[in-house]
Amino acid sequence: MTDTLAIELKDIDKRFGAVHANNKVCLQVKQGNIHGIVGENGAGKSTLMSILYGFYQADAGQIDVLEKTYTFTDSHQAIAAGIGMVHQHFMLVENFTVLENVILGSEGGALLADGLEAARKELTRLGDEYGLKVKLDATIDTLSVGLQQRVEILKALYKGAKILILDEPTGVLTPQETEELFRIFGALKKQGVTIVLITHKLREIMAITDQVSVMRAGKMVAHRDTKETSREELAELMVGRKVLLQVHKNPANVRAPLMKVKHLTIADKQGVERLKDVSFELRAGEVLGVAGVSGNGQTELLEALSGILPMTSGTIEVLGCEMDAKHPLAPDRLRQLGLAHVPEDRQRMGLISDFSASESALLGYHTDPKINSGIWLSDRKVEANCQDLMQAFDVRPADPQLKSANFSGGNQQKLILAREMERNPDVLLIGQPTRGVDIGAIEFIHQRIIDMRDAGKAVLLVSVELDEIMSVSDRIIVLCDGEISGRLDACDADERTLGMMMANALDPLDPLKTMDDLQASVKQNAHQETQV
Amino acid sequence: MKRDNRIAWINRLLLPLLNILTAFAVTAVLFWLIDVNPMEAAEVLLYGAFGYEEGIGYTIYYATNFIFTGLAVAVAFHAGLFNIGGEGQAYVGGLGAGLAILMLDPTLGAWVFIPASIIGALIFGGLWALIPAYLQAYRGSHIVITTIMFNFLAASFMVYLMVHVLRDTGQMTPQSELFPTNSWMPFVHDVAAGLGYSIEASPLNLSILLALVCAVLVWFFLWQTRWGFAIRATGKNGSAALYAGINPKHIIIVVMCLSGALAGLVSINELVGYQHRLIMDFHLGYGFGGIAVALMGRNHPLGIILAALLFGTLYQGGAELAFEMSNISRDIVVVMQGLVILFCGALDYMYRPWLIRYLAPVPKQEELSGVAV
Repeated sequence: MTDTLAIELKDIDKRFGAVHANNKVCLQVKQGNIHGIVGENGAGKSTLMSILYGFYQADAGQIDVLEKTYTFTDSHQAIAAGIGMVHQHFMLVENFTVLENVILGSEGGALLADGLEAARKELTRLGDEYGLKVKLDATIDTLSVGLQQRVEILKALYKGAKILILDEPTGVLTPQETEELFRIFGALKKQGVTIVLITHKLREIMAITDQVSVMRAGKMVAHRDTKETSREELAELMVGRKVLLQVHKNPANVRAPLMKVKHLTIADKQGVERLKDVSFELRAGEVLGVAGVSGNGQTELLEALSGILPMTSGTIEVLGCEMDAKHPLAPDRLRQLGLAHVPEDRQRMGLISDFSASESALLGYHTDPKINSGIWLSDRKVEANCQDLMQAFDVRPADPQLKSANFSGGNQQKLILAREMERNPDVLLIGQPTRGVDIGAIEFIHQRIIDMRDAGKAVLLVSVELDEIMSVSDRIIVLCDGEISGRLDACDADERTLGMMMANALDPLDPLKTMDDLQASVKQNAHQETQV
Repeated sequence: MKRDNRIAWINRLLLPLLNILTAFAVTAVLFWLIDVNPMEAAEVLLYGAFGYEEGIGYTIYYATNFIFTGLAVAVAFHAGLFNIGGEGQAYVGGLGAGLAILMLDPTLGAWVFIPASIIGALIFGGLWALIPAYLQAYRGSHIVITTIMFNFLAASFMVYLMVHVLRDTGQMTPQSELFPTNSWMPFVHDVAAGLGYSIEASPLNLSILLALVCAVLVWFFLWQTRWGFAIRATGKNGSAALYAGINPKHIIIVVMCLSGALAGLVSINELVGYQHRLIMDFHLGYGFGGIAVALMGRNHPLGIILAALLFGTLYQGGAELAFEMSNISRDIVVVMQGLVILFCGALDYMYRPWLIRYLAPVPKQEELSGVAV
């Protein structure tokens, strides 16, 4: 390892309107190191990386790459300087092959054939060198998410990247795929590639990085050698105060089931079954966690249970009523019965960005006679309602007139949670309650979920964060490819088991017995894959 | 003033004003190119629209039509629907108003005729919009395509009816018999005369009051009732509305019927208020003009009234201009209206970045120092 600096950022400053996204940020990344950047949402990590990649231009400051000073006005210049970026959302053409995707934008001449041949050679070499194995002629849509990510990395390397920036690379991966990714990082590092890893998962930072930098509110607040720091210290630096990473809760006092789901199947418009024969019970006084890699039927499950998505077959009994494909219950009817739903995607479904907070706080309850007098929807009562919700959940700023879009993610989420929880529902469906929410607010939200449970309500929690599932839930079901691939009590759960269930690598009937065998076989598979 | 407020005022007031001024400036250049003195033309136009009582009457009379169609477009727009079938809905609304009057006993009083004609216009206009609404809601046919095609259908349908069914006996003009005098919407000059004031005669009739009442009702409905809330929620974020238990299909049906009904009321002003018989093509231009009016009025009833007044001015003043100045033909007046639509509609936000930079700049924050490294 040399002491050459791969990246040096000096006093980078960037404003967006009133937001000071980067405030005199300095960063030094040594060549051949894996450097983590952590920070809460909105701390300015992505802005900083976008400046480095030429998407944005800094208002002030200096960018040195491999000890040469640059001014990037677009990403082509950054690529030419040796920087490659793997975005959180892949930029791949789904029905192109791997090879075609890689040469996209650098086809080399009018005829494709020459470029493709040259690229094939080069990619084979890169694949050997870095242990990045992908079938070059497979179309992207046949590849798993983990392999798609590998294609993105190959694409960057093919364009000559010596420095790789990865934005939240593990968000969509199973634990096993994550491990595989980290193995690739190791190989890249050995070849002298510098890796900058943006993430909010402290465990990954501790596991893989050499150095870590912490950002808070647009400023770089600390640089540490990973060996000399701890999760607790990093969390504290990110938030600016001490944080409880564990949820404190009493044993669950479980009572009668409030929701019985039997053989629920959901098919989409193309007839593909998104949810297959799912059955479970949700009981009063418990939190039932639904784990799984995102996109394995969780969204469909939440939307079907809340009456938004029509069922294909099966029945749902909820709070004394029954619904099936022929007799659906509309979302407003379910809400009247006492079922509340915090949707997964708050921007798309949970609120209306253009509406004022008081109007968003009314969504789903606008027909409530408490707020309507005859035909008049009382402005005064709508605002009072919002004011109460904001107070109960400490939404800031507590201004009902402010446009919903102008609240931070955490405060938007708190407003939605307040709207759904303050009406004291009997059944609460929650999707991704802490996605994009600051660590400080996470603590608060988890506590409110536990309070609901302790008050004898039934809570269904869907989350892609295994930590959250394990610490908040009492029982866990795992969804894989639309089927329940595992059921267990939270006290028996660990990351490894859940991970295997998420990849459907376990026999759900007898998980504990076969676990070790399967673990071994999975390891072997992974090993074989690297040999291919 | 808070920055958000300042931006809101730039959007609502300053931008439309600047856009109109730009349109007028370009028109002035155009006039200059065809050897017309722009100042003189402006004088003629303003005098034509506001200089004498009859002119004012005409201006407001035209504006009344634009208020109806502007509101129609705005109501649909709040639900995220682009109703460009105002022309056809106004035309068929006229059929409803006309049939209501022609089928009733001519000896009845105005208190029967006028409500009946209004209800006829509302129902026929609404039903004409219901078909595209149904096709959009339950069959997925795009409302823009269907409503514009329904304009052509309405035109052909009305030609057939006017020529073969409703034509008055004993003459060749495709128009119906005269409505009984009892059924006429009273002229403002007649009402004023009754109250002891003398005003020059003009086509201005009490439909303007109906238009203003509609504007207030639309405001109340959209912003002060749960149905309005549901409509606006659907328009702003369809998935969130679905999540809230609002049925988007019902919203499409209800909103389009309302929109069509409002457009249908153009016929009350035109036929019941002025022409006093069912004629062809009384609606021409108002349906499409309504789109520009709604756009310029920011889909708010108050803005729509102001924008409608501007278009009424252009109609009346423009007609005067074509009449008074030999170099200016009717077509130049249409070009002038086109420029207003171009700058207020298509190039609406052209000045916005500059205005915001100079009038509502980003506040300078205190430099926070002391970065811990």
